[in-house]
Amino acid sequence: MSVKAQRRSTGLSLFIYGFIALWLFLAAFPFLWTLWGSFKVELDFFSIADWTNAITGERTQEVYGRPFTGAGYEGAWIKEEFWRAAINTTLVCVFVVCTSLTIGTLGGYALSRSGYRYTFWLLLIALIFRAMPPITLVSGYLLPFFEWNLWGILPTTIVVLVAINQPFTLWMLHSFFQKIPKDLDESARVDGCTQFQAFRHVIIPVMWPGVITTGLFSFLLAYNDFAVTSMLLAKENQTMVPKIASFLGTTQTEGNVMFAVAAVVSATAPLFVLVMFFQRQIVSGLTAGAVKG
Amino acid sequence: MKHKTFFWFFLPTALAMFLFIAMPIVSVVLQSFYTPHDAVISIVENCGPFGCKQETMIDQAATAELREAEPLGKFVGLQIYVDRGHLALAELSQAWGASSGLRDFVSRLGNLPLYRALGFTLTYTFLVTPLLIILGFMIALGVNSLHRHLKGLVIFFSLLPMIVTPLIGSLILFWMIDSRGIVGSALQWIAGDPDLSLKASTGLTWIMLIVYGVWHAAPFAFVVFYAGLQTLPKDTLESAMIDGATRWQQTRYVVIPHIMPLVTFVALIQLMDNFRVFEPIVGFNASAHATSLSWIIFNDLGGETRLLSSAATSSVLTIIGVSILLSPVLVRTWRDFNQKT
Repeated sequence: MSVKAQRRSTGLSLFIYGFIALWLFLAAFPFLWTLWGSFKVELDFFSIADWTNAITGERTQEVYGRPFTGAGYEGAWIKEEFWRAAINTTLVCVFVVCTSLTIGTLGGYALSRSGYRYTFWLLLIALIFRAMPPITLVSGYLLPFFEWNLWGILPTTIVVLVAINQPFTLWMLHSFFQKIPKDLDESARVDGCTQFQAFRHVIIPVMWPGVITTGLFSFLLAYNDFAVTSMLLAKENQTMVPKIASFLGTTQTEGNVMFAVAAVVSATAPLFVLVMFFQRQIVSGLTAGAVKG
Repeated sequence: MKHKTFFWFFLPTALAMFLFIAMPIVSVVLQSFYTPHDAVISIVENCGPFGCKQETMIDQAATAELREAEPLGKFVGLQIYVDRGHLALAELSQAWGASSGLRDFVSRLGNLPLYRALGFTLTYTFLVTPLLIILGFMIALGVNSLHRHLKGLVIFFSLLPMIVTPLIGSLILFWMIDSRGIVGSALQWIAGDPDLSLKASTGLTWIMLIVYGVWHAAPFAFVVFYAGLQTLPKDTLESAMIDGATRWQQTRYVVIPHIMPLVTFVALIQLMDNFRVFEPIVGFNASAHATSLSWIIFNDLGGETRLLSSAATSSVLTIIGVSILLSPVLVRTWRDFNQKT
């Protein structure tokens, strides 16, 4: 549509470009700034004298002889054993994503293929569960977990996160499976497959786009969780986010803030990569619920 | 699908949700009616060479036994709900009687933890939600008119504030607005006040948290609206143009009505999500000036004391709040479903 009436005036174009540039600046600058600052000493990162120090790294130059230093990273990863938290996060995320996708696909598939009215009620209950803030559930977990000695270990947290993940996973996979034509598995059933065989041989090969999108969101939930992990994990089993929060408690001594800054940048990096590679899936996942409803 | 097959397919996920969502809710509700046992106190007469003395002692064995026998604690009914830390009915009626006007009453309410938290939570929810919708819509309109090579890049950077862990995102902003950080010192320079600190005043802290909330959630609205703009009916837009509609009129009378269902969707989702605001308060270290319902629960649960009953009561009250916000969503889902069948 390159009609003349569609063309914008220069003023409007300028306004639009200016606005988008401003938004990009707001969205990206904090991350770039913190990334840059994480290679400086605290006196540069929080500069009282002159804000340009944070860019040029004057104090860092004085201390280390060059404008960049990995001291924050060294302190966080080695001295404060952030690597342990990184391993814990990896374990939690891998297990949460795998488990919740496995049981979620089975459940979501069943919901999409059963025509009875109870499927609607199950979905409605899942929606109610999805709305519950996780922190309100945590106070229900603590007493039984203390009683049965389950508190503080990774498996408990993984199971809890899988459960909290389920309502969302079910809704998402349910809508994906509904888009896969019913004739596909019905014809397999006619050919003599059981329902599970039909699922195994016909549905599984075509379901991956939906499953990958759902998996991304499960990953994000497990990776970003603070309320559950900080309450259910003992200090030595902490994942990255609660670990960063615990750095903040000890910010008094100099240098510790930089540990937290380095840890924050380290924890953001995987998310950057994730968005870079899976941008399309994330966007389609976000809109899947909206366009349907 | 047969009932039996459905049952086996659905069992694992149903079990997970039942054990770790439904049961904890029941457990939280139960817990909120109980309070930990008091220590058992026994009076012992101690006779020595200087005569007999009566001593009050904590009977450790009996206390442990009692706690073992009834781990939930002592049943107190609704007592925790009405105490000062929660609904504070006694303090409320006292404040109502003593206060000179509405303004005074509200400021008295601010001293009660639950009402203070409720005040911030509601302000946050009902300010952030409309603001993020407006910002998201403007970004969507802007990006939609960009050249297509630029779109991917803009979408990539726009997603970041939403994808990044809330605690981490708020920390990053917190360091920047620190009075020694770049935004903090820029604001000091603009205001011409070298002592200006966003952290020190309640009003500024609230604004800071709300700005964070909009920054964090606007990308979601943007992505949803942007997807909606792709399905914009071209003929309607063209006929509007032929009828001489200005650009503003096109947006007002064609684009916005088309997007409206998505606006409702985003608003409903975001109302629920903003109501549970929690991480930014920890990240911005703002609990002295702003607390939310979720933060109260977190605060009760944390630390050495672990006030489980108090946290459970706050949880029940929060769940009631969420249910109120959830009801329009449920009605909508119900209507959709009945239309389909």
